[in-house]
Amino acid sequence: MTETKSLVGAFTPEVFATHLASLPPLPKWWLDRKRAAYDRFASLPMPARTDEAWRFSNLTGLTLAGFSLPAAAPSTPHAPIGIKKAAKLVFANGRLHAAEHLAGDLAGRGVVVGSLYGALVKHEGLVKEHLLAQPPKLGSAKFSALHEAFLADGAFIHIPRGVEIDDPIGVFSYALGDHVAVFPHTLVVAGENARATVVEYFGSGNDTEAQLAVGANDLYASHGAQLTYIGKQDWSHRALSFQSNSTVVRRDARVQSLNLHLGARQARHESLSQLQAPGAFSEMLALTVAESDQEFDQRTLQIHQAPNTKSDLLYKNALRGTAKTIFSGLIVVDPDAQKTDAYQSNRNLMLSEEAEANSLPGLEIQANDVRCTHGATSSRIDPEQEFYLQSRGIAKEQADELLTFGFFEEVLNRLASDPLHDALRALIQTKFQK
Amino acid sequence: MSSLVIRDLHVAIGEKKIVKGFSLTIKSGEVHAIMGPNGTGKSTLAKAIAGHPDYTITGGDVLLDGQSILEQEADERARAGLFLAFQYPSEIPGVSIANFLRAAVQARMAEGEEIDATAYYKRLYSKMDLLKIDRKFTSRSVNDGFSGGEKKRCEILQMAMLEPKFALMDETDSGLDIDALRIVADGVNTMRGPNLGVLMITHYQRLLDYIVPDYVHVMWDGRIVKSGDKSLALELEAKGYDWVKKELALATA
Ligand SMILES: Nc1ncnc2c1ncn2[C@@H]1O[C@H](COP(=O)(O)OP(=O)(O)OP(=O)(O)O)[C@@H](O)[C@H]1O
Ligand SMILES: [Mg+2]
Repeated sequence: MTETKSLVGAFTPEVFATHLASLPPLPKWWLDRKRAAYDRFASLPMPARTDEAWRFSNLTGLTLAGFSLPAAAPSTPHAPIGIKKAAKLVFANGRLHAAEHLAGDLAGRGVVVGSLYGALVKHEGLVKEHLLAQPPKLGSAKFSALHEAFLADGAFIHIPRGVEIDDPIGVFSYALGDHVAVFPHTLVVAGENARATVVEYFGSGNDTEAQLAVGANDLYASHGAQLTYIGKQDWSHRALSFQSNSTVVRRDARVQSLNLHLGARQARHESLSQLQAPGAFSEMLALTVAESDQEFDQRTLQIHQAPNTKSDLLYKNALRGTAKTIFSGLIVVDPDAQKTDAYQSNRNLMLSEEAEANSLPGLEIQANDVRCTHGATSSRIDPEQEFYLQSRGIAKEQADELLTFGFFEEVLNRLASDPLHDALRALIQTKFQK
Repeated sequence: MSSLVIRDLHVAIGEKKIVKGFSLTIKSGEVHAIMGPNGTGKSTLAKAIAGHPDYTITGGDVLLDGQSILEQEADERARAGLFLAFQYPSEIPGVSIANFLRAAVQARMAEGEEIDATAYYKRLYSKMDLLKIDRKFTSRSVNDGFSGGEKKRCEILQMAMLEPKFALMDETDSGLDIDALRIVADGVNTMRGPNLGVLMITHYQRLLDYIVPDYVHVMWDGRIVKSGDKSLALELEAKGYDWVKKELALATA
């Protein structure tokens, strides 16, 4: 009994029953999957010290106790971030709170930006095919099961074949209230030769709420599609966050994802890219500002399943205070994935003596004609650069901030859109000014 | 009127003594040229005055308008009116010239006061035009991939934007082609006036044809051993440092 209790924490069978009872009418297959997911969650052990996938992670911080499923929120702290959007969805505590409808004729051309609840009924085939369809491979099977079991509403975005959308589609997910648990999900399906940008934002009501966020996304890029995904994690500094992202890239498709990690006390982020057909390209980018005693644990997997595929990963962390980061990345090249071009790089900028950055890059190559490189570096602020800035009257602290932005710029520059670039910069700046 | 007084300054790097009793007073409006063989401590002097943390001041003082600046951090000294044009400017990838200079200008404003972006860009562009620097440079990273001459021009651009009371110009002429030398010299001459004092380190008498100094000093083994007017530079050019060395030997013999 005590053992079961420690396995599920606050997420007891009774709480799960309450969750199921709160759902609107949904297809049976989905409810069955949720029940199966709950059983998996309840039976899987918590990560153990001997688990390679959790090497270096602070396991004592991974608690499932003391959280509850939130009530609906009366309002959200949502404020515009200065980017013109094609459409927008705002979720609070797992419920759709506001939606801004599609600009222009996009709805007429079949673009769907709406709730998962709606899509489970109206676009059942697509949802069934893609929602949480990729098994977790990076160590968070238990938390992925928890996510699937308790996932309430989320975002569903479908861009049909050939449709190109210039302005980004925004998805905002808020956790409001102390000790609440949220399970945000975003599912994006881009049809053949479709093109779109999705910007996702995660935030809390205030910075002192102790919360649990167990989120996931699925990005699916069909033949020739081009998808840009930007995720901004800005949960409360007392939150525990698990996020599991899965990207499937088909023939000649291209996915660029950039995850910006700012919030949470401890955040685990798993990112899986599967390059399933020739010409597929996945660019995986991340920026982290780790400060005080935050821990950011990033695990990635680039799987090349077909010849002539390309992946390019660049994760940059800036660490202050006693913050800790973990990067563990693996490139897997299947036997017939010849001419794979895979790149993986983790760079850490140590802004304090007490911060700790761990890097575990890895390769698993079964084809012989490939180009794979990986590397990890940790460096400090260059004292000559710092002096140069100071000699212009810029105080040391601000000089270090400028140099940190300089360090991040290589990643931000990969974005094709200037407004997005500027908005992300501004968001990082707010963290520095706290 | 301002003054920069360097009084019997001694500077060491680690255990190594580099500057050994350097004294010089610069008043605003004056241009002092310093010449001297490689390794004699010219850059060390300039960087120590600017506040580089690697250099230890083991004796003497530096006073800006009567106040010692030695306890100040480099950024405070800069805001107080010092400017160092580096012999080897740092490359700073990812930090654009526009953002960098904006931060430097902002740093000189009172708490809570915000920079007027339109006026800032107007001023920046006019200075760039003066120094014939392509406006596209504003979005480039500071000195990153710049040619030697571009770096030096960028130093002078910063000087023009920050309007220091005293500028320490360390071999600003090296790496400049003839046209660029003229442009930079014109730029400095435009800034020259009752509000600016200059200490100009150079190896080439040619620069002194463009920026005519009021005084020329020869630095040797960490201190000034000879001072004069512009003709000293010509004499030095003709006779070489061996001449100074011999005179020194005679004097100390
Ligand atoms: N960071 C350092 N560590 C050790 N020695 C140094 C350092 N910087 C300068 N030095 C030494 O101090 C001496 C003076 O160097 P400095 O750069 O000041 O000379 P300089 O007069 O500017 O020469 P140049 O005309 O070649 O520019 C040299 O012997 C140099 O090697
Ligand atoms: Mg020098």
